[in-house]
Amino acid sequence: MPLLEVNNLQTHFRTPDGVNRAVDGVSFQVGEGETLAVVGESGCGKSVTANSILRLIPEPPGKIAGSIRFRGVELLQLSDKEMRRVRGNDISMIFQEPMTSLNPVLTVGRQLGETLRLHQRVSRREADARAVEMLRLVGIPEARRRLGEYPHQLSGGMRQRVMIAIALSCRPKLLIADEPTTALDVTIQAQILDLMKDLKSKVGAAIILITHDLGIVAEVAERVMVMYAGRKVEEAPVEKLFRTPRHPYTQGLFGAVPKLGSSLAGDATKLAEIPGVVPSLKQRIPGCVFATRCSSANDLCRQSAPALELKAPGHLAACHYAPKEALAA
Amino acid sequence: MKRPLLEVTDLKKHFFVHSGPLGAGAATVYAVDGVSFAIDRSETLALVGESGCGKSTVGRCILRLFDITAGQVVLDGKRIDDLSTGALRPFRRRVQVVFQDPFSSLNPRMRVRDILAEPIRNFHLAKSKADVAARVDRLLDVVRLSRDAARRWPHEFSGGQRQRIGIARALAAEPDLIVCDEAVSALDVSVKAQIVNLLYDLQQELGLAMLFISHDLAIVEHMTHRVAVMYLGKIVELAPKRALFAGPKHPYTQALLSAVPVPQPGAARQRIILKGDVPSPINPPKGCRFHTRCPYAFERCRAEEPALRPTVGGHLAACHLHDLPAAQNPLAAAA
Repeated sequence: MPLLEVNNLQTHFRTPDGVNRAVDGVSFQVGEGETLAVVGESGCGKSVTANSILRLIPEPPGKIAGSIRFRGVELLQLSDKEMRRVRGNDISMIFQEPMTSLNPVLTVGRQLGETLRLHQRVSRREADARAVEMLRLVGIPEARRRLGEYPHQLSGGMRQRVMIAIALSCRPKLLIADEPTTALDVTIQAQILDLMKDLKSKVGAAIILITHDLGIVAEVAERVMVMYAGRKVEEAPVEKLFRTPRHPYTQGLFGAVPKLGSSLAGDATKLAEIPGVVPSLKQRIPGCVFATRCSSANDLCRQSAPALELKAPGHLAACHYAPKEALAA
Repeated sequence: MKRPLLEVTDLKKHFFVHSGPLGAGAATVYAVDGVSFAIDRSETLALVGESGCGKSTVGRCILRLFDITAGQVVLDGKRIDDLSTGALRPFRRRVQVVFQDPFSSLNPRMRVRDILAEPIRNFHLAKSKADVAARVDRLLDVVRLSRDAARRWPHEFSGGQRQRIGIARALAAEPDLIVCDEAVSALDVSVKAQIVNLLYDLQQELGLAMLFISHDLAIVEHMTHRVAVMYLGKIVELAPKRALFAGPKHPYTQALLSAVPVPQPGAARQRIILKGDVPSPINPPKGCRFHTRCPYAFERCRAEEPALRPTVGGHLAACHLHDLPAAQNPLAAAA
């Protein structure tokens, strides 16, 4: 049994000018200790997918349908109280912006201890001791002194370390990291990625990493799921996806990213463009969501949505024309 | 020898801040502290560095969005940093800017037509109303927007389209130099590629000079001719693009390049992880400003500030390591 099993997830938002289908029928699984990256551009539904797993979507205007099973338990059917026991304990989350996701008027120690005291019912003294241990684990020097400090006294990188410490303090089975390094500078990002890799081997939690940076995906993920306009368009193990991307959108994405070292390899001066813009999610799209921007789209693509098909072992893509490898029956 | 279009000499910009109540604890932020560089006509110079290194402040000093503390800014042989507001006006036309955020940099109450016509009118570039309209149409063609965009409002456009409007507005004044301050950072990958290509084409077609301020090294490598790397208000390395990316001559540049995640799974790479955070520009470290995080720092680095000087070929770097014999210089081996 996989750790997390999401089936036909649909998260829609009611807005004054129509229903916004932010996530429209997404299914995936995460195994124990596995790292799955969810890639896509803003508005593709990757963060909404993450928030749906923890049921952090305000209802209304939002509405989550489908099935989310965590260790066999259907999360969408839990009461609010039961759900609170899952959040931060079994599944925890790191958000993008460490400044706004920490409470500015509480000390670091209080925020770290809160999670521990709520979920594990430890004494204040024990919570403090565990907090110091967690801060050491995430590489914060002078951990004991930091307990009494407030978020504004910490740098951006330090704050993100505190966020990670809070998220890992109850030894969750699944960690959802939503763009954990996007707000950080590149040298600090390197520190945090290094830390996450190190902690993964120590703590052994499964990770869902949400990002738009293909470099980070290549470095951290084992399996990758590509989203576009609320749907999953491709999924594959990381080497396969980077070696032979099969969906035209994924191919476009790879072409659009300038690579370090490009000037040394030769004078490739033009980036591949994906023409046009992402379609509005407020209209129901009958065909392929990428058809409006795809160079090889035809009437079939515009009329019927391609199903996710196994194109090679472990490699799914939703495209009528993506080449299929001969599969052993 | 031909004069460069823009010459910046020993530019300094210090801000005075009050950190405590009632003005107690007044302090000086050394945002830009002695920066010199030049940009030729039709050349793109990139200014890279992490947040707080002063790269945007340099851009704003050149645009004269505020007065500078010390140093000189010379445009086409004429010193402009000490000109009065009135005397500066004709030079303002020649240096234009594209900002990072395409949402806050366009006036939401002006139609695109008026946004683009404003610089044309202000600098008296058109002879008649019809000429203004014709120029607006031409600008929209140049940035590849449809002509009927002119009568629409900024909120009707996506981020990438707005950035095209921002670029058209900069071009409207017929500038010699455009300062792009993180002009593509806020855009999504697929749209970013469109705008990067557009800027590249414009630079080639119109022969514009560009100061490209960015933290994204891969885009910088793609876009520019020369690169200046800033750290805590100083330029630590300045070199032609290829030389810099092939063999960085400053430990900071080396670490910065190695920190960029490469989109290639399983790529064996030696990453230099810098310890700690960037020190505060209020109290920058003595000696070399990078010595607190530098893996190679030795005694001299803590005491004496290295000057930016030539190493090999037109490659400038500010690092004492280059005074050591080659065998002891870890950067010589890297080249």
